[in-house]
Amino acid sequence: MLKEISFTINGKKETMTINAGETLLEVLRERLHLTGAKKGCEVGECGACAVLVDGTAINSCIYLAVWADGREIVSIEGIAKGGLPSKLQEAFIAEGAIQCGYCTPGFVISATSMVESGKCYSKEDVKQGLAGHLCRCTGYQNIIRAVMKTLEQ
Amino acid sequence: MPGPGNYLQNYGNAFKNGGGKMVSSLIGASLPRTDALAKVTGKAKYTGDFMVRDMLVGKILRSPYAHAKVTSIDVTKAKALPGVEAVLTYQDIPQNRYATAGHPYSLDPKHRDVADKTILTARARFVGDEIAAVVAVDEATAVKALKLIAVEYEMMKPLLSPEAALEEGAPIIHDEHGSNILNSVGYHIGDIDKVLQTADHVFDDEFETSIVQHCAMENHVSYAYVDDAGRIVIVTSTQIPHICRRIVGQALGIPWGKVRVIKPYVGGGFGSKQDVCLEPLNAVMTLAVGGRPVKLDLSREESMIGTRTRHAIRIKIKTGVSKTGKLLGIKIDAVSNTGAYASHGHSILMAAGAKFKYLYVFEAIKYSPRTVYTNLPIAGAMRGYGSPQLVFALESHLDNIARKLKIDPIELRWKNFNKEGYADPITGNKILSCGIKECVQRGKELIDWDKKKARFAKEKEQAMNWRRGLGMACFSYGTGTFPAGLEVAGARIVLNQDGSVQLQIGAPEIGQGSDTVFTQMVAETIGIPTSMVHLISTQDTDISPYDPGCFASRQTYVTGMAIQKASLEIKEKILEFAQKMIDVPATDLDIKDAHIVYKYTERVIMPLTEVALQCFYDPLASAPITSDVSHNARFNAISFGATFVEVEVDIKTGQVEIIEIINVHDSGKIINRQLAQGQVHGGVSMAIGYALSEQMLFEEKTGRPLNNNFLDYKLPTILDTPDISVDFVETVEPTGPYGNKSLGEPPVISPAPAIRNAILDATGVAFNQIPIRPQIAFEKFKAAGLI
Amino acid sequence: MYPIADYTEARTLEEAIEQLSSNPGLLIIAGGTDLLIKLYHGKLDTVQLLSLRQIKSLQIITENGDGSISIGSLSTFKEIGGHPIVQQGIPILAEAAMAMGGPQIRSMATIGGNICNGIPSADSAPALFALNAILKLQSKEGERAIPIQEFYRGPGQVDLKQGELLTEILITPDNYQHFGGCYIKFSMRKAMDIATLGVAATCKLNGTARFGQVRIGLGVAGPTPLRCTLAEEYAVGKAVNGLTIAEIGKIAVQSAKSRTSWRASKEYREHLIEELTQRALTTAITRAGGVIDYA
Repeated sequence: MLKEISFTINGKKETMTINAGETLLEVLRERLHLTGAKKGCEVGECGACAVLVDGTAINSCIYLAVWADGREIVSIEGIAKGGLPSKLQEAFIAEGAIQCGYCTPGFVISATSMVESGKCYSKEDVKQGLAGHLCRCTGYQNIIRAVMKTLEQ
Repeated sequence: MPGPGNYLQNYGNAFKNGGGKMVSSLIGASLPRTDALAKVTGKAKYTGDFMVRDMLVGKILRSPYAHAKVTSIDVTKAKALPGVEAVLTYQDIPQNRYATAGHPYSLDPKHRDVADKTILTARARFVGDEIAAVVAVDEATAVKALKLIAVEYEMMKPLLSPEAALEEGAPIIHDEHGSNILNSVGYHIGDIDKVLQTADHVFDDEFETSIVQHCAMENHVSYAYVDDAGRIVIVTSTQIPHICRRIVGQALGIPWGKVRVIKPYVGGGFGSKQDVCLEPLNAVMTLAVGGRPVKLDLSREESMIGTRTRHAIRIKIKTGVSKTGKLLGIKIDAVSNTGAYASHGHSILMAAGAKFKYLYVFEAIKYSPRTVYTNLPIAGAMRGYGSPQLVFALESHLDNIARKLKIDPIELRWKNFNKEGYADPITGNKILSCGIKECVQRGKELIDWDKKKARFAKEKEQAMNWRRGLGMACFSYGTGTFPAGLEVAGARIVLNQDGSVQLQIGAPEIGQGSDTVFTQMVAETIGIPTSMVHLISTQDTDISPYDPGCFASRQTYVTGMAIQKASLEIKEKILEFAQKMIDVPATDLDIKDAHIVYKYTERVIMPLTEVALQCFYDPLASAPITSDVSHNARFNAISFGATFVEVEVDIKTGQVEIIEIINVHDSGKIINRQLAQGQVHGGVSMAIGYALSEQMLFEEKTGRPLNNNFLDYKLPTILDTPDISVDFVETVEPTGPYGNKSLGEPPVISPAPAIRNAILDATGVAFNQIPIRPQIAFEKFKAAGLI
Repeated sequence: MYPIADYTEARTLEEAIEQLSSNPGLLIIAGGTDLLIKLYHGKLDTVQLLSLRQIKSLQIITENGDGSISIGSLSTFKEIGGHPIVQQGIPILAEAAMAMGGPQIRSMATIGGNICNGIPSADSAPALFALNAILKLQSKEGERAIPIQEFYRGPGQVDLKQGELLTEILITPDNYQHFGGCYIKFSMRKAMDIATLGVAATCKLNGTARFGQVRIGLGVAGPTPLRCTLAEEYAVGKAVNGLTIAEIGKIAVQSAKSRTSWRASKEYREHLIEELTQRALTTAITRAGGVIDYA
C-alpha cells in the first residue's frame, strides 16, 4: 500500500510516496541517502538509528515512515550547522567519545535533545537519558564526559 | 642522521634519566581522532552506507538443526518466484575446503590454518549453518524465496559440549579430520611431576568460562560485484582486507589477484571480523547474477550465531607452592569448545598458553590443551585470544591459594612476578621491559587497598546482606603473533607538492584509533604537523600496501615499525634533495615544523614545500619523492597490567555492583593518551559483561540459540557500567618503534578474575565459572549458607 | 520494510470503532514498539493496521472531580513518568513507567499497548494491579469497565472483545489516596531489559504502626500479572515490624505461579518474590509515613 507523506528533514521539506511498511530509517537511508542513522538491531534495542522527531529522540527502525507525515525530523546530518559541528559534537571530539563511530550518531541525537531542552541534568540524569543506546567500544565513559561538559557550558 | 637506533637510544636515555623529558611532543599527545569529525557528523561511510544502483539482496538459508545431513533440496519454487535472480546450494558452488581464520598465509603447509569450511554445505554442523542462498531484487522477496526452498534433513546426534564430542562412538563432525579433537598441541617445561611431588603445598582448581559474542555495533556486512575488467570487487566490514582477498581466491579456486577487497569505515570488530564469514559466498552470489552488485547484510540475530563467538573453555589447574608462597610448578589442562568449524580454534589455546607464562616465575609448566569440535556456532578470535579464559582461571586460582595460605593476594603475586631478562624457554622471546610491579603498586594505592581491606574485614563480622570486597588480578600479553605468525607490515608515504604527505597502510582502522596514532608517528618522525599527514583510511587491496590486518594488538607495534621506517626514508630523501638545492650535507639538516633547518641550531633554511615543489617540477632533477617499505618484525613485546576492583554484593538477590574499577597498564610508551584510555574503558566494560552478565545460551537438547539478540543477550548498558579508572606505567620497550607495546586487547583480560576475586573477598564464596549471573550467585550463596 | 498490506489512521475514537467493527481483520497499532517487533521476527503474516495515533482524546491524563485519575490508553510511558498528576497522585506508576525500556522506547510505547499485549512482564502491570486499576473498554455496543485483574486471561491473552478498544485506565481515590507505594523491577540490566520479576507494593497504615491495607502486584510470577491476596489479607491490622514484613514476603510466594525458564529458575524467582516483596513494602511503608519497628 502506498502513502504520500510530507515532512521536514533537517530543515528541508520533502514530499514522497512510500510504502506503508517502510520505516523512517529506510526512508532516510535508502531514499534520501542520509546514512548517518545506522541499523544495528532493527528492533529498537541499540539506539544506533535514533533521530529527532519534533525534538524527541526515537528509534527510526521501529518508527513507520507514515508517522513522519507533517513532522519535523532531524537526523545526525542536521546537527552540524553551516558545516560547523555543534558544541556537543565538538565535545565528543575533544573528549574522545568516539571510537568505531557506529553508535555515535545515535548518542549525539539523544544528547542533543537533552542539551537543547535547557533543563538541568545531573550525571545520573545524563546516564538515564542515554540508556537507550548501546556502545561496545567506549565503555560510555567519554560519552558521559562529553555530554556533561556541553551541559555545563 | 637519526636512524631507528637513534630514536630508540633517545627513548632509552630519557628513561634512564628517571623518565626525563620526552624527546618529542607528538608521541604521547592526546590528539583528537583523525576521523572524529566524519563520525560525529554522520558523514563517515560504512559498508552498508554505499547505495549502489540496482543492488540486489543476498540472503542465507540457515540450518534449523545442529547436526544433520541434507538428503534433498528443491529450489524450483524459490527460483520461480518473481524477483528472484539466483538460488544457490552446495551443488552449484565449488566445494573447495578453505580456512577462514585471519592469519597470514604460511608457505609451510603444516603451519596453515585448518581448511574445513565450504561455501554452503550439505552437512549442517550447527543451528545457523549455511545450506543455501538466494539473490533477489529486494529483501522481502529474498526472505520469501528462502521459505520456498524445500530441504529434507537426516538428523544426526547433536554434540553440544566437548564432553559429548569426546565420548567414544560420538559421530565425527568433520569426517576428513578423523576426530573431534581439532588440536591438542601443548608444551612441557621442566619436570612438573617432580615439582608437584616435592612442593610443600599442591592446590587444585577447575574453572569454566562461557560462550560470549563480540557484539560489534555494526553487523557483518558486505557487497560484491564484478568490475569492467572482470575482477570480483568486495566491499566489506573486515579487519583483514588482504587476508580476505587470499581466502576468497582459495574458496573460489581462482587466482588471488582476480579479487579486490575494499574496507571502508568499520563499526567495530573485536576479532569477529578477523575472519572471513561472508565474502566467499558474496563473491559467488555476484557471479551467479552476471556480476551485478549483491549486498549481504546480516541481521543482529544472524551475526550473533552465524559469525564467530568466543570459546568457552574448561580449565583444570594444579599448582605446587612452597611454604613461603613461592609458585613452583603449574599443570594446566584446558578443554576448549570451538564449535562447528575450526576458524581460529586450533591456535587460540596455544596462544593463551604462550602468553601467560611471562607473568610469574615457574620452575616447571605442563600445558595440555585440547580444542574440540562441537555442534555449536563457530568460535573464533575475540579480543584477548584465549587469555581472558586462561587468565581468569589462573588469577582466580591464585586468589584461592592466597586464601588457603592466608597471604594477601597481592603479596602472593609480588613474590612470584617475572622480570626483565626472562626468556621463554621454548621460543627464546624475552621480556625487555616489565612494569608489572609498578602497575600493582599504583593500583594498590589508587584503590586504597590496605585501608579498605581492614574496613571490610571488620564489616564482614556483622554478616550483612550487602557486603563489600576488594579484588585484583594481573596479566601478561604479547604484541602481535610472532613467532607463531609472520609479522610483516607495509607503509607507503607520498610527498605532495605542498610538503604534506599521504600515508597509505594496509593496517585497518576499525575504531581502535590506529589511524590517529599512525598520523602522529609520521608527523613526529618526519617533522611536520599532523595536519600535513593525509592518511588514507580505506584499505583497498589494489592500492594499500600489504599488511595482514587488525588483530593481536599488533598495529602500533608492527605497523608502527613500518611507518617509522617509511617516515625516516622519506625524510632522508627530502634532505638529500635539499642538499642538492642548498649544498649543505643532508646529515647536517633536519625537518622541524615543515621547515628544513640546520640540524644543530634548528635555524630555518627554507619551507619544506620549496623542496617538495622543486622535486616535482625541477626541469632537470624532477623526481617526486615517495617511500614504500615493508617491515618484518621479529620481536614480540610483552605487556603487563592489573585490575583492582571494589564490589558490593547483594547477598539476597545475588546481584553484584561494581563500586570502583581501576586498570593499570604497562603498554610501554603511550602514543596517544586519550585514545589509550578509551581502549581501556572499552576493554574493561566488555570484561564486566564477560564477568557478570554476558552468555550465549542454547537449548540443551537441540542447540538452538535462546538469546541471539540485544534484548536477551545482556550487553552492559550505560547504567550498568561503573566509572572506570585508567592509569599507565610507561616503561620503554626497546623493540617498540616508539617504545610502545600492545594495548588493544590487554584491558579485557584481568577484570573478570579481579571481579570474581572481589566477590570471594566480600562473601567467602569462590566462584569457578563466569558469568556470575545473579541466579548463579544466589545458588552458590544458598549452598554456602549465606541465605 | 514491514509486511504491512494496509494502513489506516483513525482521527477519532468513533471512527476507530467504526473501522474496527466493519473490518475484523484489522490490527491496532499505537506506539508500535511491540507490534513492529513481532512483524520483524515473522511472528505475524502480512497485516492490515488501524492506527490510533492521531486520536487526541486518548492521550489525556487528568484528575477527575471525584479524585479519580484517568490515564488515556494512548499515553506514552514518557508522558506517564513525567506527568505531575501521576507523579503526585500515583508515583508508583511513574516509577514503573520509567523502569520500562529506554528513553526512545518510552517516548513511543503506550500504556494501552503494554496492557493489551497481555504479556506477564509488562512493566505497567504490577503497579496497575496494586492500584486496582479499572480499564474502560469501548466498542460499538458501548462502554464497559472491568478491573485489570479480570482483563488478563492467560499469557498473551486478554479480555478484549472483537471490535473493542481500551480507552482509559482509571484509578479511584480509595486505591491511591493515603497509600505509599514502591515498584521494584528486577532485571539483569538497569535499562533496556525485560523484568525477571516486577514487584509493586502499596500500603495504607492505621496511624504509623499498623497496616491498614497492603497490596502486592507481581509481574513475571505467573502466566499473567497477579496479586498476592493471601499476603495482603494477612497484613491487615498487623503491627508494622520486621517480623510482619518477613511473613508477608513468605506468604506472597504462595500466590505466585512461577516456573523455570532459561531466564530464571522457579526457585530463584520465588526467592526473589519473598525478598523483593519485603524490600518494596519497606519502602512503601516509609513513603506512607510509617515507621518500621525492627526491635
